[in-house]
Amino acid sequence: MSKREAAMAYSGENYVAPPKESPKKYVKANWWKYIVAALIIFVTMMPLYVLIEMSFKEPTDLASRLTWPTYFYLGNYKSVIQNSGLLNAYKNTIIIVVSVICIEVFAGCLAAYALARNRTKLNAFIRSMVLGVMMVPAVTILAGVYSILAKIHGINSYWALIFVTAAFGLPMSVYLYYNFIIAIPEALDDAARIDGANRFQCFLWIILPQLRPVTVTVVIMKGVNAWNDYLYPMYIMQTVDKYTIVLVVKQFFSENNTNLQGAAACCLLGMLPIIVLYICLNKYFIKGSLDSAVK
Amino acid sequence: MSKTKKWLKQNSINVFYLPALVIMIFFILVPLLNGFRLSFFKWNGYSQNMKFIWFNNYKNLPGDKYLRIAFLNTLLYGFGCAIFQNILGLAAALFVDTRFKGHTLVRTMIYMPIMIANLIMGYIMYYFLQYNGGILNEVFAWFGRAPVDWLADAGRARIIITIVNSIQYCGNSMVLYLAGLQSIPDVYNEAARIDGATKGKIFWKITLPLLIPSITSAVVINLIGSLKLNDIIIALTNAGPAQKTHSLSTYISYVYFRSEKAGFASAIGVFMFAFIMIVSLATNKFLESKEVEY
Repeated sequence: MSKREAAMAYSGENYVAPPKESPKKYVKANWWKYIVAALIIFVTMMPLYVLIEMSFKEPTDLASRLTWPTYFYLGNYKSVIQNSGLLNAYKNTIIIVVSVICIEVFAGCLAAYALARNRTKLNAFIRSMVLGVMMVPAVTILAGVYSILAKIHGINSYWALIFVTAAFGLPMSVYLYYNFIIAIPEALDDAARIDGANRFQCFLWIILPQLRPVTVTVVIMKGVNAWNDYLYPMYIMQTVDKYTIVLVVKQFFSENNTNLQGAAACCLLGMLPIIVLYICLNKYFIKGSLDSAVK
Repeated sequence: MSKTKKWLKQNSINVFYLPALVIMIFFILVPLLNGFRLSFFKWNGYSQNMKFIWFNNYKNLPGDKYLRIAFLNTLLYGFGCAIFQNILGLAAALFVDTRFKGHTLVRTMIYMPIMIANLIMGYIMYYFLQYNGGILNEVFAWFGRAPVDWLADAGRARIIITIVNSIQYCGNSMVLYLAGLQSIPDVYNEAARIDGATKGKIFWKITLPLLIPSITSAVVINLIGSLKLNDIIIALTNAGPAQKTHSLSTYISYVYFRSEKAGFASAIGVFMFAFIMIVSLATNKFLESKEVEY
């Protein structure tokens, strides 16, 4: 069974409900699973729980970090929004993430179409080169990237970070689109070609409309990556007005070591969009992580 | 139709991959070569003054004390995370695959920490690990035990880094194993059950061997990921105490930006690149040789 079929099978479409048992029997056979499940949920929710209740505490509150405050206090959120540049960081992060996604989707699907439909020796080589680039760990070429960017005045500019991030994400995007397009029957293209369409029209009218599922995967996986990225933003974005959210959170923790309550609010606001998105669309996230598993 | 015209007609579509190719060449391949070039220079990273010193940077690699520590740490992080994360992931997958009512909620929860930036996860652990008022120490106090400064000891800090990272990313392995478990035809399990095999026997003799393809991909993906471990180290220990928890990743940025030895940093980069390549290819080969046909 291919990976895609497995993903389909897992995503729940073919889910076969277990045979009906009497409730008593079900409880008897399954009670331990609920204890384990509760334990798992406890472990994964613990960090979030601590963050949430800490963020509602006054910075001077030294009570246990496990209990809720007895009062209602929103000062941390106010001060984070007003003083830490978080809103500006939202703007920067959104500019970067949206541009990165646009480049990766646009360049990715175009490249994949050419590689999947024109399988010459040259293109086989290009394809293996793209897959090879995927193996290059971003940090190993930090020195190479940074010294080039310094030469072309790319340090502290949006475009440099956007292109570097997009470049590291592109191989995966090409790979995902390639696997998807190669599964679309070529007969569809041929039919359109006979009717007089050229290759470009084929892409526009035949392939492009079918790419929605894989585009969702690319957008989600690459968007989360770009949002949470730290290494390259850290070294490319040097002034506070260009900081992304992760950098603002880092700044908050390294400067206000004593104000952990404010830091909790900052963390929460920084993660909120992704967590909400995940809770709403978790099926797509899990499918995406399966599709992009390439060894 | 002439030959060139035919070739053009056939390959005109290739312009489609030019944008992607240009971006990748300019922002990955050129820097890769540039990094390779820089590794032959003595350079501080910003001055005009570059001195060509042949292989001296590479010769200095084995002698660098911190690099040795960073390399050993990278091995520990890489293999430690890969092993621990896969055991957790496999356990989680087997558990979720029992398909009790509400298993999707558990799956969603296990996968959720992946959405949190690795760096931020490290900072969140502050609330638990701090000496004064940290939650772990508070729990210790309930049982009348003395508080521990968790990250002050390098050995303990390394283990904490490995554990936190493994727990955060075990959802990735879980998803792969779930897909693997789904693809094992039910008939095998049923046949074994009819023949009287116990649950443990079914797991060891049927499920596990048939899962090897999933194990291969999960282990290799995790291994490559954790050999690059960077953000969480910055957040938890900032490579301290006394530079003893560096991984190769954090050490490269440290050498480049703090010690201002750009040439040496590039040499470490080249070394790390080669190392990750070799490890992932070897692991892949090793695990693939264990795959079974069915």
